Amino acid sequence: MVKIALISCGTEYSGIQKEIEKAANTFGSEIVIPEIDLEYIDEATKKFGFSAQSSSLRLMIARAMSIVEGKSKTDAVFIATCFRCAEGALVRNEVRRFIQENTRIPVVTYSFTERTKADELFIRMEALTTTVARRSILAREKQEGLTLGIDSGSTTTKVVVMENNSIIGAGWTSTKDIMGSVDTAAKDAFEGTGYSMDDVDGIGTTGYGRLTIGKNLKADLIQEELSVNAKGAVYLAGHQKGEATVLDIGGMDNKVITVNDGIPDNFTMGGICAGASGRFLDMTARRLDVDITELGPLAINGNYQNAVLNSYCIVFGIQDLVTTLAAGGSKEDVAAAACHSVAEQVYEQQLQEIDIREPLIQVGGTSLISGLVKAVSETLGGIDVIVPEHSQHIGAVGAALLVSGMGKRRSHEL
Amino acid sequence: MVKVAMFPPNSLILADLIERKGHEPLALQKAVRKKVVDPEIDSPPMNITEEDPIKGLKYAAIEVPSGVRGRMSIIGPLIDEAEAAIIVEDAPFGFGCIGCARTNELSTYYLRRRGVPTLELVYPKTKEETTDMVNKINTFLDSLPKSEEENNG
Repeated sequence: MVKIALISCGTEYSGIQKEIEKAANTFGSEIVIPEIDLEYIDEATKKFGFSAQSSSLRLMIARAMSIVEGKSKTDAVFIATCFRCAEGALVRNEVRRFIQENTRIPVVTYSFTERTKADELFIRMEALTTTVARRSILAREKQEGLTLGIDSGSTTTKVVVMENNSIIGAGWTSTKDIMGSVDTAAKDAFEGTGYSMDDVDGIGTTGYGRLTIGKNLKADLIQEELSVNAKGAVYLAGHQKGEATVLDIGGMDNKVITVNDGIPDNFTMGGICAGASGRFLDMTARRLDVDITELGPLAINGNYQNAVLNSYCIVFGIQDLVTTLAAGGSKEDVAAAACHSVAEQVYEQQLQEIDIREPLIQVGGTSLISGLVKAVSETLGGIDVIVPEHSQHIGAVGAALLVSGMGKRRSHEL
Repeated sequence: MVKVAMFPPNSLILADLIERKGHEPLALQKAVRKKVVDPEIDSPPMNITEEDPIKGLKYAAIEVPSGVRGRMSIIGPLIDEAEAAIIVEDAPFGFGCIGCARTNELSTYYLRRRGVPTLELVYPKTKEETTDMVNKINTFLDSLPKSEEENNG
């Protein structure tokens, strides 16, 4: 059983201890609390160098130190502090960095509220458990053989064929019938490669439909999108070592994942408002009567400040943009304002929950809208934003990479 | 001559002691002055705009309040430049203060993590302790390289 050490300042006082344990148990893991002596708290906090005023945070630091010094044994670490606690956020981040710099133990962080439920923690616990159980797979940096990666998203299905560390085919279609969409995208991906489904060594699946597809195709790897997308992003960006942030502004939801050496340690996912999604840009493109592919270059040449945009809402925001156009505003300025609005809203709603680590790797279909990438960089103070080639196929690439070396399909047939 | 960071970063007494020994104090006032005399910005009193807390993201997560990140956007680069540091803890307002316990915690932590020669002291309560503190600071400053050659050698 995978042991996950809980390092927190008060999950029991927030009434969510049971939820954390439930989430861990669901994936066959067990929550353990590192045991330490009282005297060790002062010794450890002094050694660590952060003079926290809250004694529970000092206890957190001491527990982290006991793991680093080998006094407490664990397979993984879950660090949690209350949402909106400034001192908690500071300590959580520094403790996370300290453990990662000094051990090879996977870490996931989370800021919780009293409403945190086990289901919200599932994907984190699953990622943590699989990171431990499948460490050797996640360490893979090079794709070998012939593999197929399938990412069945809520809006689109992506399929990628990889051979000897190169993408030789890619397919993309909107998700309707799950297996039908896979067939369509796979047909496009195999086209011109000279291969078919029977030739591949291994199949990896991820995304919402991963279990259904995995079962139907007898996939060799069925993995949640957190680990897979993070791996795909750092692989394509050529940034497999060190820290990075992966941002995916999707058609329906947005994901922000922080990674260390290609392994995810925190993420946030949202999708409450369409105004903060790719849908807003799609609507803007339609209003401007341009193809979505033209929106980015238009925005690059515009100035968002010249367009009045008083609302983030997909209804009222679009109305504002129409008013600007009616008053003689340029298409360029309107496109820039739409991109800026989405970037700003993603920042305010989601990036506030996570510590951004440079470089930021922007992925997904919206990463192809250059104006949005520029707006994201500007909103985050001009930070370095990388958009790798094939950024729209990130999940499928991650799945094809991770399944490489695992698949025995052809050898079985032979 | 080395660049010496201080905590509190706006302590006039520490800055004076450092300068007297021929080193460069990394004083908050100098960084603030740069912002104040910048004619392009109009955000009184210190010309800190909404962009500055965003720059502070380099030092603190976005969940950390804007005031801490705004302070860190000025103090953080001073810490990055430090070749030595003096930390005086539990000092009263008059000795120097940045008015935020979270910023205090984070900036002293980053100074300790820098791995540069660091002198840590507790603010004195008696005359003897004061003399002792000044002596310790002077001895520490004397132990730092004075010139470029010493720095390299």
